[in-house]
Amino acid sequence: MNAAAARRVWGLIYRHLALYRRSWPRLIELAYWPILQMCIWGFTAQFLAGRHAGAVTLAAGTLLGGVLLWEVALRSQMGVAVSFLEELWSRNLGHLFVSPVRPRELVAALILVACLRMAAGVLPAILLAWALYAFNLFTLGPVLVIFFANLMLMGWWVSLAVVSMLLRHGAGAEALAWSVLFGLTPLSAVFYPVSVLPAAVRPLSLALPSTHVFEGMRAVMGAGVVRWDQMGWAFGLNLLWGAAALLLFARQFRAARRRGALLNVGE
Amino acid sequence: MDAISVEGLTKRYGDTLAVDDICFAVPAGRTVGLLGGNGAGKTTTIAMLLGLLIPTKGRITCLGHDMATDRFAALARMNFSSPYVSLPAKLSVAENLRVYGHLYGVPDAERRIAELAGELDLAALLRRPAGQLSAGQKTRVALAKALINRPDLLLLDEPTASLDPDIGDLVRSWLERYRAVSGCTILLASHNMGEVERLCDEVLMMRRGRIVDRGSPAGLRARYGREDLEDVFLDIARAPASASASAPAPGGVPA
Repeated sequence: MNAAAARRVWGLIYRHLALYRRSWPRLIELAYWPILQMCIWGFTAQFLAGRHAGAVTLAAGTLLGGVLLWEVALRSQMGVAVSFLEELWSRNLGHLFVSPVRPRELVAALILVACLRMAAGVLPAILLAWALYAFNLFTLGPVLVIFFANLMLMGWWVSLAVVSMLLRHGAGAEALAWSVLFGLTPLSAVFYPVSVLPAAVRPLSLALPSTHVFEGMRAVMGAGVVRWDQMGWAFGLNLLWGAAALLLFARQFRAARRRGALLNVGE
Repeated sequence: MDAISVEGLTKRYGDTLAVDDICFAVPAGRTVGLLGGNGAGKTTTIAMLLGLLIPTKGRITCLGHDMATDRFAALARMNFSSPYVSLPAKLSVAENLRVYGHLYGVPDAERRIAELAGELDLAALLRRPAGQLSAGQKTRVALAKALINRPDLLLLDEPTASLDPDIGDLVRSWLERYRAVSGCTILLASHNMGEVERLCDEVLMMRRGRIVDRGSPAGLRARYGREDLEDVFLDIARAPASASASAPAPGGVPA
């Protein structure tokens, strides 16, 4: 990326930073849901661990780890999709796309904004888990970086698919920004091993990078083993789905230019 | 050299022909008006010139760059203003201009913002959220955004729509000054015939996706035997669908 491109990306990031500086409800909303989730599942886990020691205590730990790590994927996905929606809501796309901003620079800026949003949302929840339940996510060790990276990658490609639908259907598709990844929660083996799922559903579950991350997390927490095979699958699937999502975005962007949707995309 | 060159430009949406095989060129430094009734194809043409819309057929060159293959090089030296495209409402005027200063790679953007604020009387508005401005103030801010990169080619879609006569006149005066100082080329779509007469060297008359006539405002008035451009506009807009524009008839659409 050359200096001019970096400046354009910074301009797009600055636009969102300025928005959050002027809109404290948006800022609070970033941390609200992760903290709420952490409280609900944290107290549930504490209750279960208090009644049954041993295996249930371990299950409670994996539950908390699952909640926190799944928030990484959710916030990464929503970070990109909602940031794009902000442009759509403000009817600013027409200005953006007649400027020298390349679509790839817009995607890069949305991803960087999503990283900031994810950090602002998930870090308070991680701290809360440590303060309230003495659960320290960082005891997972350096492999946590790989878990984070894979879940963020998954959030980004899911959001690229959502942005593609927004380009296709306008703000009428905005519910997807909040619902798509939630819909994948049962298949992602966040709170239970993939073996719990019906046999017919398992292939679908195994096609998701998140499933391999959470299987890997349980292996670290339960047996202290890093499952590199699972990490390999997660990265490979992320690359595959990421390439498909990029292709979809490029096609929908071109289709939007063919329909004239960039000038009047909205409801 | 032509700042804009359009050859055989066509845009079709299904069965609807929005722009039908138009050709025109705008020499550098000139101001050309694009006139026509609602649905004549003006906005579609401007959207294609800006690369927002892919033509069904035809070729567009802006500032020497083919817009199909090299549009970003041209877009860096172009800009656009329309009352139908907004700026983020929560951001202050200064923040909005700063964003576009970055996007267009404006050197010393803060100084440029201060210049524009002085010239367009925006200094008191710089810290106000864009969403809290009146229609007239928003139009001036949109114009400041359109001029942030000192464009060589400016595309304006109804730049004074919804402005009172006083502010409208200020904006027109400012555009005249800007063109005189910068040598900028301007393509202007407008329904305000007085504005077109005042600003434009040449006018392209569009109807049903085609350019049905062209010429200087004075030349068109003379050719149609009318005292003002509005009557010329009405003659063209109300002419039977079969009328073409190749040979003018006094007091009516060229037959």
